[in-house]
Amino acid sequence: MSLLILILALLIWAGAWRLNVVIANGRRADTRAAQLGVPAIFGLTLLILWELIVRGLGIPLVILPPPTMIADRFMGSLPILWADFVQTVVKGALSGYVIGCLAAFGTAILVDRSDFLKRGLMPVGNFVAALPIVGTAPILVMWYGFDWQSKAAVVVVMVFFPMLVNITAGLQETTTMQRDQMKTWAASYWQGFWKLRLPAAMPFVFNGLKISSTLALIGAIVAEFFGSPIVGMGFRISTSVGQLALDMVWAEIVVAALAGSAFYGLIALIEKKVTFWHPSQR
Amino acid sequence: MRAIFPVLTVVAVIVALWYAACVPMNIHFAVTQAERAGQVVTPEGARERREMGAIPLALKNPSVWGDTFAQDKPRLPAPHQVAVELWETTVEKKVTSKRSLIFHGWITLSATLLGFAIGSVAGVLLAVGIVHSRAMDMSVMPWAIASQTIPILAIAPMIIVVLNSVGLQGLVPKAIISAYLSFFPVVVGMVKGLRSPGAMQIDQMRTWSASANQTFWKLRMPASVPYLFASLKIGIAASLVGAIVGELPTGAVRGLGARLLTGSYYGQTIQIWSALFATAILAAALVAIVAGLERVTLKRMGVGR
Repeated sequence: MSLLILILALLIWAGAWRLNVVIANGRRADTRAAQLGVPAIFGLTLLILWELIVRGLGIPLVILPPPTMIADRFMGSLPILWADFVQTVVKGALSGYVIGCLAAFGTAILVDRSDFLKRGLMPVGNFVAALPIVGTAPILVMWYGFDWQSKAAVVVVMVFFPMLVNITAGLQETTTMQRDQMKTWAASYWQGFWKLRLPAAMPFVFNGLKISSTLALIGAIVAEFFGSPIVGMGFRISTSVGQLALDMVWAEIVVAALAGSAFYGLIALIEKKVTFWHPSQR
Repeated sequence: MRAIFPVLTVVAVIVALWYAACVPMNIHFAVTQAERAGQVVTPEGARERREMGAIPLALKNPSVWGDTFAQDKPRLPAPHQVAVELWETTVEKKVTSKRSLIFHGWITLSATLLGFAIGSVAGVLLAVGIVHSRAMDMSVMPWAIASQTIPILAIAPMIIVVLNSVGLQGLVPKAIISAYLSFFPVVVGMVKGLRSPGAMQIDQMRTWSASANQTFWKLRMPASVPYLFASLKIGIAASLVGAIVGELPTGAVRGLGARLLTGSYYGQTIQIWSALFATAILAAALVAIVAGLERVTLKRMGVGR
């Protein structure tokens, strides 16, 4: 019986792969339908195989629940998931993200105006940006309490340095020629900043914003492992793991994935509107 | 080299701010202690002080400022307390001791390195497959890119517990999380690198009637090295984060992540801060090693600066 299921799984895999090879090497491979269809077929095949193998081989639910069960759980506990989403993503991650990015923007302007600060702060910033900043979570949870404020604080610290490094790099993007041109027009620092240098920095700013969007979610979720009220995605994940309710954990992971890609997608969309002039967008 | 003076200034300012912040952060407890010891403090009575902000209280009691730098469980330990703790738990403790940071650091480091090795080898192999097979490119690449927008770290507790239930404990589950985190940056960077030779260079190989294999080993592979190192640097930092977070749900027995968690359970702030600095030093050292390898390799390939 289990052998039969394995053979069936292999056949499905081979069939789907064959289909993808045909589409990918066919004449219509460059159409939008093919470019969406091929990864969709791949993902769907994985889901079907997952379902088939878990159910067919009777893999215990505490190891891996089948996708249909996760979907059931997801649909069945929408209010809980929504409350967790609001607590972790909207209150924790988003507020921290906004504060962190604004703070980095302010600091970047200071750094930009002073050469001394640039030479002093940038190596420190680059260094800190590579550190495992999630580690500050226990300290910040101790300072700001268990509620979302401490999660927002972790997110602020996590997004600050990547944003600072990216904005500062972006503000260096203009050439001397362009800056001299602004000077010949007797433009003040702020005129040059708003009309020339900030627009030129936008590709870098958005790069930083995109990196930070993932970091913000990670920070908010991981900070909840160190203490949280009885709501929140990190809280739900760690307690459900403790109860071996893995379908709930997977449902939260689906929420995290949806929130992460929506967040990223939104920023990418704004980027497209703002940096329409950049070669990578054309 | 001309950056040394500004960098030192910035670091000095940060340390000075840190010391200054210690006073208001720890003042409430310091004043209470001083009152119990019989000193005169203003205002008297714990209730009135609880209502007061930290800075006015600090300004009214300059005599207890010294105590704010020497508490056992301060809200914010002073830099020298952290430095002393770091020194004591690395140099003065035996390496096998459970209180030695080197012991805990090694636990975390071994999981990080194993995971990083698995993740980057798998990442390079998948990237090679993606570049060679158009079907693989079209099916896998969108998922690899999309997976970078997802907070993958959230599944760390589940991986630990699931692997625990099938009998895997200790190093391997953490290494799997590390591998998972370093895998996708390496795939994306390596694919970019293997694709970096321009049409002109590919055509040149064709005019020499080079086989696909020769093009791969003599053009694509060398061209991808700078990209590979850039993603390895991201990957190793991500691996370390993965190993640390992987230590949180196991009940926090060993490793730097465990030090962070037990510290936060028992309010041992100095322990948290020293573990935090240990992770920072470890991360900086790992990234520096990869960067050093990068410089040497690129120099030998003749593209170094």
